[in-house]
Amino acid sequence: MSAVVTVTELTKRYRGVTALDGVSFSLAENRIHGLLGRNGAGKTTLMQILTAQNFATSGEISVFGQHPYENEQVLSRISFIKESQTYPSHLRVTHVLRAARLVYPGWDEEFAQRLVDVFQLPRGRNVRKLSRGMLSALGIVVGLASRAPLTFFDEPYLGLDAVARQIFYDHLLADYTEHPRTIVLSTHLIDEVSDLIEHVLLIDRGRLLLDVEAEALRGQVVTVSGPVAAVDEFSRTGTELHRASLGGTARVTVRGDFGPAAHDRARSLGLDLEASSLQDIVVRLTTSQNGHATGSAAAADKKEAVR
Amino acid sequence: MEDGRPIFLQIAELLENSILDGTFPEESQVPSTNELAAFHRINPATAAKGVNTLVDDGTLYKKRGIGMFVSSGARAKLRGRRRDEFARQYVRPLLTEARKLGIEPAELKSMIDTWEEGR
Repeated sequence: MSAVVTVTELTKRYRGVTALDGVSFSLAENRIHGLLGRNGAGKTTLMQILTAQNFATSGEISVFGQHPYENEQVLSRISFIKESQTYPSHLRVTHVLRAARLVYPGWDEEFAQRLVDVFQLPRGRNVRKLSRGMLSALGIVVGLASRAPLTFFDEPYLGLDAVARQIFYDHLLADYTEHPRTIVLSTHLIDEVSDLIEHVLLIDRGRLLLDVEAEALRGQVVTVSGPVAAVDEFSRTGTELHRASLGGTARVTVRGDFGPAAHDRARSLGLDLEASSLQDIVVRLTTSQNGHATGSAAAADKKEAVR
Repeated sequence: MEDGRPIFLQIAELLENSILDGTFPEESQVPSTNELAAFHRINPATAAKGVNTLVDDGTLYKKRGIGMFVSSGARAKLRGRRRDEFARQYVRPLLTEARKLGIEPAELKSMIDTWEEGR
């Protein structure tokens, strides 16, 4: 499978801040990639550079085999839907759609109109008067109907409720199945998209922590609990990410290569084993970098309590 | 889909279950990859991987341009394989728990007989 995007040792420094620190990866064609990471991790900067809206400090990037800057051939094949897209304030919803039709060669007007109906967007309304959620929905309509061979969605759903988000996922999946293209989905709502994405890129403080198939990640991180001695025996087979103890009982999150055999082993040691979700894995990996400090564990535990 | 296990394995298992319980009889057509992806809200490539697992082991076969079908003899073969797994998945944890509670194997057997009679 050929690479649509290739990034080599990409670094971006703002005054005193390193937003991206020697990042290298490539994006295979016609897959849905999840770009994950905490706020300020460097996700948006990365997408801005790939879409020629920002400059790299050093390193190489290639999009469709070319450099994207002022390159119409490349840019006409890219759609970038941002978290807070702004439009000229005098435009109405229909004007935005008409403009998008001019910009994107692959634009599907019928699909766009169908999405406008599904999201119940008022066609004649001025974009300035749209609610936060409606603005996000408009961005999603443009992003999907543009059918760009390379589509970036950067947290596209500020203000969208759970129902509207599910509508987005379902249409994304259905349209992607009909018209395969390369999609990069940047999001905090990892649980919601974990079954949709095929490949995971995890960025933490400007560094690439994971560049892996989503399926390979499943089952790689488990939490075992039970008597301390048995937990220790089990956790020796992997890398410990988090530990909590209470009296003679311990609960440890471990990363390793855990197949069905590991489940049997935990069972025969009398341990409870729970596989971590993609979201848990991301939380553990992006907090354990701070050391196994109680602060990071507390943040993760708070998340557990919320579930 | 359930966490912690590759989704393609779960898809393969769901199809196997439907073959075992007769929902998809032998020589009948199973849902397409795209139908599975849309229904389970998963990536189509993952759904395809699940289906291909069953093609590779001969449970399903491809009719070019038409779709995927259940092979003859697939049900008996699946049943044999699942019986082997049964001991590992069910009998072993049963014995572990029984040991923890001090239930002897003989007592366990009579418990099973009692339950079976009470059905």
